[in-house]
Amino acid sequence: MTAKMIDLGIVLVLLLGVVWFRSVRTARLGNLTAALALGCAVVVVLLRHPVSPVAFLVAFALLGTVAGGSLARRISMVGIPAMVALQNGLGGLASFVVSFVELARGANLAGSSNEIAALLGIIVGAATFSGSLVAAGRLSRWLAQRPTVFRHHSLMLAGLAALALLLMVLALPSSHPLTQQVIGLALIVVAGALGVVLSIRVGGADMPVLISFLNAGSGVAAAFCGLSIGNWLLIAAGAMVGVSGMILTQVMCQAMNRRLANILAGGAALGQLAESLPPADPPSPAGQEAITEAAPKAGQEPVTEAAATAQSVDPFTRALDLVRSAQRIIIVPGYGMALAEAQEEVSRLADKLSGMGRDVTFAIHPVAGRMPGHMHVLLAEAEVDYGMIRELQDVNPQFAVTDLALIVGACDVVNPAATQRKDTPISGMPILQAHEAKSVIVCNLDDRPGYSGVENPLYQDPKTVLLLGDAKETVGRLLEQLG
Amino acid sequence: MLDVLLMLVVLAAAAGLGFVTIRRVPPMLHTPLMSMTNAISGVVILGALLLFSVPGNGFEQVLGGIALAAAAFNVVGGFVITDRMLGFFTHKRPVDGEAHEQ
Repeated sequence: MTAKMIDLGIVLVLLLGVVWFRSVRTARLGNLTAALALGCAVVVVLLRHPVSPVAFLVAFALLGTVAGGSLARRISMVGIPAMVALQNGLGGLASFVVSFVELARGANLAGSSNEIAALLGIIVGAATFSGSLVAAGRLSRWLAQRPTVFRHHSLMLAGLAALALLLMVLALPSSHPLTQQVIGLALIVVAGALGVVLSIRVGGADMPVLISFLNAGSGVAAAFCGLSIGNWLLIAAGAMVGVSGMILTQVMCQAMNRRLANILAGGAALGQLAESLPPADPPSPAGQEAITEAAPKAGQEPVTEAAATAQSVDPFTRALDLVRSAQRIIIVPGYGMALAEAQEEVSRLADKLSGMGRDVTFAIHPVAGRMPGHMHVLLAEAEVDYGMIRELQDVNPQFAVTDLALIVGACDVVNPAATQRKDTPISGMPILQAHEAKSVIVCNLDDRPGYSGVENPLYQDPKTVLLLGDAKETVGRLLEQLG
Repeated sequence: MLDVLLMLVVLAAAAGLGFVTIRRVPPMLHTPLMSMTNAISGVVILGALLLFSVPGNGFEQVLGGIALAAAAFNVVGGFVITDRMLGFFTHKRPVDGEAHEQ
């Protein structure tokens, strides 16, 4: 019983770490506390259960430690979603492997409830593993950004899920270790295929939802693994991670006004839309994907469209005037800023304008970037003061009293069509109401639609100045000319 | 049977407490939150270690080694990267009168 009390104590320390994680000031302490709890858990388990062969164990533990530690120290914040996706996958891998070995040994599993848990651990773990590898591949740009849709995709998904359930039912009555092993292996293959089919249909701007969902999967797999071996720490920690992932999934879905099922299944609709566009069109927000293609076509569209105000003046000069005269400025960064690696320039521009006595804030849409909170860490890395950052609900009323909305690499999240039209894939999505500002500057690569494929009427607005091209260069020039 | 019941209680309690606390994590910390929870889900390292507390064949040992390495990657990588990220969050100058700490 004392053993269980110690376990419970460790869980409480872990919880304390999570509690401290709710404020920016104490988050670092919270992280260290959680690390301490996990360290204690490892020591306690090793004290209770002598393990062997020690050299073998140390070698593998060191392998993981060195690889994880060195990657964590080197990776850039642009690469962080891929790293997190990889970690979701490794969590799933460890869970399904442990569940499988426990199942194959048979003897250690006390009753059928443990067996069910082990089987579920295999299914969730293997699906999370393979699904996360697909996600990590997309996020690190090894795979195309647009979703891949197989023929009869939904049917395949349903078939694989049914097959997994069938295998589970088959595994239950047989207690022969060999049969269990064969069924367990088959289950790994089927669940692995399920994970691939599930996540390959999600791409581009929908990645934050997928990555959160897989995060939940890795937690749930650990919890099932814990249930199968009767370890309270695994159960509690796994459940917490599972809940955390589900909360983030929910937050992301709400930010896009879509349902999870719709994103996991309906990514197809967006994908087809993107495919109907001209072939050269990169389907990412602000189309910043093909930076090298940056064509200096600035000036064509806005001039033909824009009012008689300043036809002969080039957009850059107009933009510079707007920046010079604006007192209240809101900067809206999007994933395109990260792709153009313009964070540094944007941060320095904000600093310079603040230094000139202007009121400068950043408006961040919850799904800007490739994972929840991605834009915040990108700006933090570029040394933007977090006191300047505003969330959607707080900043939206501010746009109407703002002189200038400076959009850098964002498209869908500022697309007024989301609120003005009812027939687009982004209709109903809460947007940053940049179009309500007195003037708007858009520093995007091109004036093509974002990932959703919906034309952005903001680009045609007479009060908008389009500065097309590489955002790093554009913002850098603005910075330079401001003097 | 009691064991199973207790485990389910632990599961439900952890999920409930996790929900009420994590729900209040501000959007600014969502990326660090996810990398920290990745580290926490590396708790399955305990399961991997326990595989070696009883004698097993070579196949099981290799699988156990893979699980151990993957979990260690998550624990170490997750906590290190979270700490690094949180170090980026700086607050230099006060923003006049506005509430920014949420």
